[in-house]
Amino acid sequence: MTVEVDSSSKFTEYAHPERLVSTEWLQAHANDPGLVIVESDEDVLLYETGHIPGAVKIDWHTDLNDPVERDYIDGVGFAKLLGSKGISRDSTVVIYGDKSNWWAAYALWVFTLFGHEDVRLLDGGRAKWEAEDREYVTETSTPTAVDYPVVERNDAPIRAYKDDVIAHLGNPLIDVRSPEEFSGERTTAPAYPEEGALRAGHIPSAQSVPWGKAAAEDGTFRPLDELTALYRDQAGLKDGDAIIAYCRIGERSSHTWFVLTYLLGFEGVRNYDGSWTEWGSAVRVPIVKGSEPGLVPAKR
Amino acid sequence: MTETPLPESLAQIKDDFLSLEQRERLVLLLEFSNELPELPEQYRDHPDLLERVVECQSPVFIFVDVSDENIVHLYATAPKEAPTTRGFASILVQGLGGLTVEQVLAVPDDYPQELGLTEAVSPLRIRGMTALLGRTKRQIRERIAA
Repeated sequence: MTVEVDSSSKFTEYAHPERLVSTEWLQAHANDPGLVIVESDEDVLLYETGHIPGAVKIDWHTDLNDPVERDYIDGVGFAKLLGSKGISRDSTVVIYGDKSNWWAAYALWVFTLFGHEDVRLLDGGRAKWEAEDREYVTETSTPTAVDYPVVERNDAPIRAYKDDVIAHLGNPLIDVRSPEEFSGERTTAPAYPEEGALRAGHIPSAQSVPWGKAAAEDGTFRPLDELTALYRDQAGLKDGDAIIAYCRIGERSSHTWFVLTYLLGFEGVRNYDGSWTEWGSAVRVPIVKGSEPGLVPAKR
Repeated sequence: MTETPLPESLAQIKDDFLSLEQRERLVLLLEFSNELPELPEQYRDHPDLLERVVECQSPVFIFVDVSDENIVHLYATAPKEAPTTRGFASILVQGLGGLTVEQVLAVPDDYPQELGLTEAVSPLRIRGMTALLGRTKRQIRERIAA
């Protein structure tokens, strides 16, 4: 870690407080050598309307996804992207974004696939920075390009593929979509383009914990006792559990992956980024409808 | 299939985008976003008249008005936190406004894909604009059937 951690008392109760910084901390440390601020949003134009001074933009879709295959960019692409944004392998990266940091958490998870060590989230993201009337600028930052080494992704520890999920059945799964998507009752009205999956419902035995429950009104993460009530008491997660989280394309579940891994301290949590858009269109995978998790079927 | 030529307004917008480099296309989209007019007062006070475009992740609402002379006016509103969606809506408000019902219904459903934005914005996001166009046409069909 090249830049000191934020020792705000709010974060000390979490398992990995070094993964979060507050808006006050970021404002005070924005010019620290070795720190790069990254904005990552759902809306591809939001950065252009105003961003934290010095922040560079990384878009989840046009930068981090492979343009052809449904996969992430490779080591060469990642090295080129980060180098061009002025990020070195030992830089401290603070990511923030819209919608309670959905996409910021997704970018952080992708950075982690490449083993970038010191990557943190701004607690509360854009909304909190804005609500506190902190400074925004509109000029695009022009960082000096640096060398970032080519490091290939190591997916296995934190990313699950469809076959991994099939092999995982019987272990805890967290479905972070809305209750309507979970139960399979959400339908698309006739004549409207359907962009999603061919089947509705959820993966058998998955517990429904919509991702947004982990975020407070102001976009910050909820305190530890509330997260514990949500994931341990209600969803039944226990220490030592192997956990896979999923949503539609893996972005909302990145947020939950962050909460489970860095705030609650579960180890080996994986994000199934294929998520419902893959599972709901795959041939011969088990699906349960309704609001109950349902049982894991016998192997077939 | 016979191709109906695009109305001039839409053809102009398309040419404007295609004449630019990828990065500059985003800047033009942002200009459209900033140009989205405020809702007229009679709609501002009647949110019930507006239809939500649920395919867009951001809250965007539209209302289509068809005059006695068969002329279409599209009204749309989306929050400033959703500049891309505002930009899409603004393109359609400017491009479809003042056209006849027949002209709007003849606009190809894949017009949003023709703007050269799929690389700069991503195909997934363009779907939101396709949905806006689809719902606009459906509202028109409902208006003229009524």
